[in-house]
Amino acid sequence: MAVRDLRSEAAPAATRMPGWRRTRRRIGMLYALPTAIYVAVFFVVPLLLVVRMSAGNWTLLGGDRGLNFPKNFTAIGSNTLFWPAVAFTIEYTVIVTILLIGLGLGLALLVQESGRWSGFLRTSFLLPAAIGLATASLLFWGFYSPTIGPISPPLEKLGLIHEPIQFLGTSLSALLSTVFLIVWKYAGFYMLILLVGLQAIPSEVYEAAAIDGATRWQTLRRVTLPLLRPSLALALILCITGSLLAFDQFYILTKGAPDNTTVTVVQLIYREAFQRQNLGTAAALSIIVLAVLLVINAVQFRGLRSADSA
Amino acid sequence: MRPTLAERTPFYVLTGGLALMFLFPLIWSAIASVSGQPGTAQPSGYGLGNYVTLLKYGSGLPTYLSNSVIVSVLTVVVTLAVSVFGGYAFARFTFPGRNALFLLTLGILMVPYATLLIPLYVLLHNIGLQNSLLGLALVLAMFQLPFAIFMMRISFEAVPREIEESALVDGAGSFGILRRIMLPAARPGIITVALFAFLAAWNDFIAPLILLADEKKAPLPLAIATLRQQTMGVIDYGATEAGVVVMAIPCLVLFFLLQGHYVRGFMSGAVKG
Repeated sequence: MAVRDLRSEAAPAATRMPGWRRTRRRIGMLYALPTAIYVAVFFVVPLLLVVRMSAGNWTLLGGDRGLNFPKNFTAIGSNTLFWPAVAFTIEYTVIVTILLIGLGLGLALLVQESGRWSGFLRTSFLLPAAIGLATASLLFWGFYSPTIGPISPPLEKLGLIHEPIQFLGTSLSALLSTVFLIVWKYAGFYMLILLVGLQAIPSEVYEAAAIDGATRWQTLRRVTLPLLRPSLALALILCITGSLLAFDQFYILTKGAPDNTTVTVVQLIYREAFQRQNLGTAAALSIIVLAVLLVINAVQFRGLRSADSA
Repeated sequence: MRPTLAERTPFYVLTGGLALMFLFPLIWSAIASVSGQPGTAQPSGYGLGNYVTLLKYGSGLPTYLSNSVIVSVLTVVVTLAVSVFGGYAFARFTFPGRNALFLLTLGILMVPYATLLIPLYVLLHNIGLQNSLLGLALVLAMFQLPFAIFMMRISFEAVPREIEESALVDGAGSFGILRRIMLPAARPGIITVALFAFLAAWNDFIAPLILLADEKKAPLPLAIATLRQQTMGVIDYGATEAGVVVMAIPCLVLFFLLQGHYVRGFMSGAVKG
């Protein structure tokens, strides 16, 4: 860019231009300086630091005690919680992604037309997305409680059940209860993303499909979904990335209970760092998570791009 | 041709029920926050007992509330200060390293939160910002930068160059142009950036959990999550729901204030599918 600009100004008539241009460049650099310093100190340095930490015996209280590469990485494999946490995180991600994208699409199709009722529905579905994740998790912590929750205590009073429902009692119920919270909180958000995609499909396409005598189902499968692919891909990227990094909801609702069966990978990083006080292995885990996410995102972006050109 | 009301009724019942399902937990938490529970400050009936408990929770609600406000405001101020200048630089100037710096800033999005928080914990210790609200705000602002810089860049790029050129002719410097022309013109972008930064800081949980050691410094979500099991004897769910209401109210107010504006913005095809 810069090289080409200079060449185009290289004509002798423009001798005053380079000086003006140089000042302008310096001013630009000055305005960009806070960003550069900020990104360097709070992003680049930590990235380098996490690499260095992962290669060392680095404890929470003792600090750096010298290199021990690759011990932190090999130790991960022998951590009894690692593979269960990976399996649980993937299981959670698959369930949440299927439900959120499916429900988000359903809701988007439901509220597509404009009007007062649709507006009310949109607002209702989107409202849970407005509050914070920790707030929502704390809300559901009470919601699932055996003492004040709106489900278990009334049923008990009616004599329909004799013991409180343990929403967080078994690993399966804890997983499903957390999934319900997440679907409740984010379905409206994915509805919004997919709604934007739906609105961008020209109505002529639907008219053409109607003239060709396509049924509703055929229109959805052959017209809507293919044209919605970029929005679907974006929703998928956000949903998968977000779910793989799940932390708040499990930290607040289950703390890994029962028996460490609901520990996610990010929770494992947190425990490794602040309970077992081993920052080195926590850093090594962080790097593995980073690498996996970069690969997943690269694959998905490729999908997004091919969807764009399609 | 249009379906009659009788034909539409099942649709209204079905979708209305669905809407109610989404609204119900929110409504329930508001009711639960004023409901009684044996063994708590609100033993039975309805009243503000749970809020009284919350007021005296740990170091007291005012402490946590002010922590939350301080962190959120600092995050907004830092995010705006950096992204306004940065956005202006990217939108209107060419300089060496421009594209590299822009891509690097967007790269923050590619790195998981948790990956950066472990080294940031060590880094803040080394620069004497451990266990401080300022340190937390600086970290939260960093996570806002990709969106903020991107937003400010496109906001400034949308300002017609002619206005700027006429000001240049009138002898205004680049800073005068930024202050008198660019900032007023980019106001919607600035408000959006401030709003996102505020909500992200207000709701964040994992960063304060890792970066703050002192319970007195905890912002609301962390304080409520940590304190909920500490009440003697019974778990005071009502007080937790009162906390939920306090945390949710600013978010819901902002949502309703800006909903019309944003939904219309989205629908006008700002993002083409």
